[in-house]
Amino acid sequence: MREITYRQALNEALAEELERDPNVFLMGEEVAEYNGAYKVSQGLLDRFGPRRIIDTPISENGFAGLGVGAAMVGLRPIIEFMTFSFSLVAFDQVVNNAPNMFTMSGGQFNIPITFRGPNGPAHQLGATHSHATEPLYANAPGLKVCTPATPRDAKGLLKTAVRDNNPVLVLEAELLYSSKGMVEPPDEELLIPLGQAEIKREGSDVSIICYSQTVPLALATAQKLEDEDISAEIVDLRSIKPLDEKAIFDSVAKTHRVVIVEQDCPFCGVGAEVCYRIQQNIFDELDAPIIRVSQEDVPMPYNERLEKAVLPNADKVIAAVKKVCYA
Amino acid sequence: MQRAEQRDEVEMLALMLLIRRFEERASQQYQAQKIGGFCHLYIGQEAVVVGAVAAVRDDDYIITAYRDHGHALARGTSANACMAELFGRETGCSRGLGGSMHFFNRQNHMYGGHAIVGAHVPLAVGLAFAIKYRGEDRVTLCFFGDGAINQGAFHEALNLAALYKLPIVFICENNLFAMGTSVKRSTSLKQIVDRAEGYDIPGEIVDGMNFREVRDKIAEIVSSIRKEPHPAFVEVRTYRYRGHSMSDPASYRTKQELEKYRLDDPITRLRAQLTREGKLTNEQFDQLDKKAKETVLASVKFAEKSPQPPLDKLYDYTYANGAGEAGVSPVKSNGLAADIAATE
Repeated sequence: MREITYRQALNEALAEELERDPNVFLMGEEVAEYNGAYKVSQGLLDRFGPRRIIDTPISENGFAGLGVGAAMVGLRPIIEFMTFSFSLVAFDQVVNNAPNMFTMSGGQFNIPITFRGPNGPAHQLGATHSHATEPLYANAPGLKVCTPATPRDAKGLLKTAVRDNNPVLVLEAELLYSSKGMVEPPDEELLIPLGQAEIKREGSDVSIICYSQTVPLALATAQKLEDEDISAEIVDLRSIKPLDEKAIFDSVAKTHRVVIVEQDCPFCGVGAEVCYRIQQNIFDELDAPIIRVSQEDVPMPYNERLEKAVLPNADKVIAAVKKVCYA
Repeated sequence: MQRAEQRDEVEMLALMLLIRRFEERASQQYQAQKIGGFCHLYIGQEAVVVGAVAAVRDDDYIITAYRDHGHALARGTSANACMAELFGRETGCSRGLGGSMHFFNRQNHMYGGHAIVGAHVPLAVGLAFAIKYRGEDRVTLCFFGDGAINQGAFHEALNLAALYKLPIVFICENNLFAMGTSVKRSTSLKQIVDRAEGYDIPGEIVDGMNFREVRDKIAEIVSSIRKEPHPAFVEVRTYRYRGHSMSDPASYRTKQELEKYRLDDPITRLRAQLTREGKLTNEQFDQLDKKAKETVLASVKFAEKSPQPPLDKLYDYTYANGAGEAGVSPVKSNGLAADIAATE
């Protein structure tokens, strides 16, 4: 194991998959000559050349659709959105073409495509650039959605996504690109299956279910809760769809109390689905109503103080934990 | 692999007849409520797809919009598989899961059947991208209507195709109306082909009621693309005799206009050309027509007798490895689908 950044981990995943399979190519805005808006594709043009690392004009609908078409005849495109907020311009391709093709063609055309890029609120980017798109895409049958929170998960999930025979969205965490973590050495194949959550911290009093940018928040909050003698278990979903019900249920059966900390907006959000499944399947395990901590239900304000108020934070999580623990 | 110049014109006429008779029968079956959803007929436009397909190899890629019955038939999909698809049966060309607007035939390189106007034009560019990526000499034919040319996806796709010099022919089937809106009311250009100029793509206007003109022009373009990959644009002027879909009485145009085009019918025209040249007798034509009608009638019987897609396979076509795909736990609505099966 060695320590690398989330950005480097993604870069390694891309390089390894490009190296392994000649059908894999990377396409998007500024991915080649500029080395990536967030430098995730740094050095790939030099290494793999312009046939496989392809700059596009600002035409998300166009190049996302190009990827879907290329996937119909067996290429394995990796389409980078400079941010998933811009993927909304390509919503028709991602939601209407990529996941529907297999069904509509009666199973003749699967679409082995990866859509990736930063997702979720960053810092003072305002309403148009702060979307957490995971509930939008998880709602579409035929798509898979994963949300890595650590360098190791970023590498392992992206590599798995590229090898998957279905459209997979890798929703990277914009604020975590420079974060560091331990990852297996490059000569060791790292594949993390979609649909497997990971317990990032063991605990006994409350299950904090989180993903992506809310994982470091939950971990930091768990430290603070320790001071108050509350032992929090941190369940990192890693994949939104497929969802690892078993990991969730096992944790809840242990702690009997649940706080869901999600980076999206509340209405029909990821936490709503998780909440539904818990009460549907293991209602009797619950000792308190589940509480969700999400964004506030407003378009993201630019103002820093207001933005902080909109986002989940440690105070909100602690208050929720105390409430479910009747502490 | 069959070369364009080898395709027999009498066979191509038979194909146009098959499409015409198929669509007439589909119309009748729709009215008899055997076919659900939307149903857009290709009657009047047969020379466009048959001419284009006659100009290319069987391994070239074709893709189109929702008025796709003719394209599937022209690309060798059986009338049985097409009719069964309209009936929503498991034997349909998309297993009854696609319907009228989503015909696919992977084996014959027919890539759909796409129902969001303009949204398949980027897909077509992706097909062409794959051809160039692999260094093949195939060509992609991308069909769309005059309504598509004002969609953003169309413009982005043309720009990408020109930028990457991809082997693709954009074939605009200009039938003068996007549903009920005439080109004059939808498009700020004097002629549609001028759209291509904005992307530095060579463009041509072709008479879509003339099979030979369509075939020859597209063959010429395709031959140039095979030498050096590049996009091209063809505005094919055609006319649909029926409304936009089965529910459209087409009251936005005059009987005189329709009659004018009917007199220029593409089937009548090719028949006359062949007869004049001594390649087809009236008896032979009648035989072709009879055969087309019989094939189509048999397809209705086939569709009626075909099984419904089984309910227990409902989850098999969402993810590539089927319902059993590792790790996928679809939301099965608490088994309600199974309850429906039990009540049937």
